[in-house]
Amino acid sequence: MNPVLDIIGALFLLFGAMLCFAASVGLVRFPDVITRMHAATKPQTLGLLLVVIGLAFSLQSVRPLGMLVLVAVLQLLTAPVAGHMVGRTAYRTGHLDSDRLTPDELAEDLAAAGFHLDRGDGAEGIEDREARE
Amino acid sequence: MIAQQVIIMIGVAFLVGAVVMTLIRLARGPSTLDRVVAADVIIAVLIVALAMEAAINHHATSIPIILVLSLLGFAGSLSMARFVADRDQARKWDVSTSAPRRSERSPEGT
Repeated sequence: MNPVLDIIGALFLLFGAMLCFAASVGLVRFPDVITRMHAATKPQTLGLLLVVIGLAFSLQSVRPLGMLVLVAVLQLLTAPVAGHMVGRTAYRTGHLDSDRLTPDELAEDLAAAGFHLDRGDGAEGIEDREARE
Repeated sequence: MIAQQVIIMIGVAFLVGAVVMTLIRLARGPSTLDRVVAADVIIAVLIVALAMEAAINHHATSIPIILVLSLLGFAGSLSMARFVADRDQARKWDVSTSAPRRSERSPEGT
């Protein structure tokens, strides 16, 4: 086992762990679902890629490489889909603070199409939902 | 070898802090989607921990577990998002008079 490659791999793993820590700080500090997703998706893609690269440096053999590439490719394909679904559900169920959004192009398109999200005038916001639950 | 273990232990300290704060968000909510996002982060932490163990002991046994965990996180958050959308949708959508009439729950669930 080459100790230099071990240390390089461990450093990649350390960066992945630091991304997880940053994501958890964002989860605790950020105000609504969309901003928390912004923090939480960093270790899912970049962190997992760093971890896979670090593991490849640490194992120093060719045989696990195929499985590691499969992990990376599958995560890169599936993470955007899951993030899109969660974000869409968060938007449609009103779990976001519309005052913080600088552009809201989806609301403009929905208004042009004749729909509007029931939010603001007499509708229940996040606070009402929290109070009821 | 010692330097590798020291670096990994620093990473483990980061992971412990991450899991504690993520569990706080998982417990406090306030909505189901917050808990879904927090569960995804916990799965990411688990993947990093498994990879660290594999890196220290130089074995490749954990790699299929990493694969299964990443796919499990995808399927879990996807199905939970669909579940929450179906449950809340009828209450939150409002149809103005100019639009074609939309049923309270569209059959495709979008």
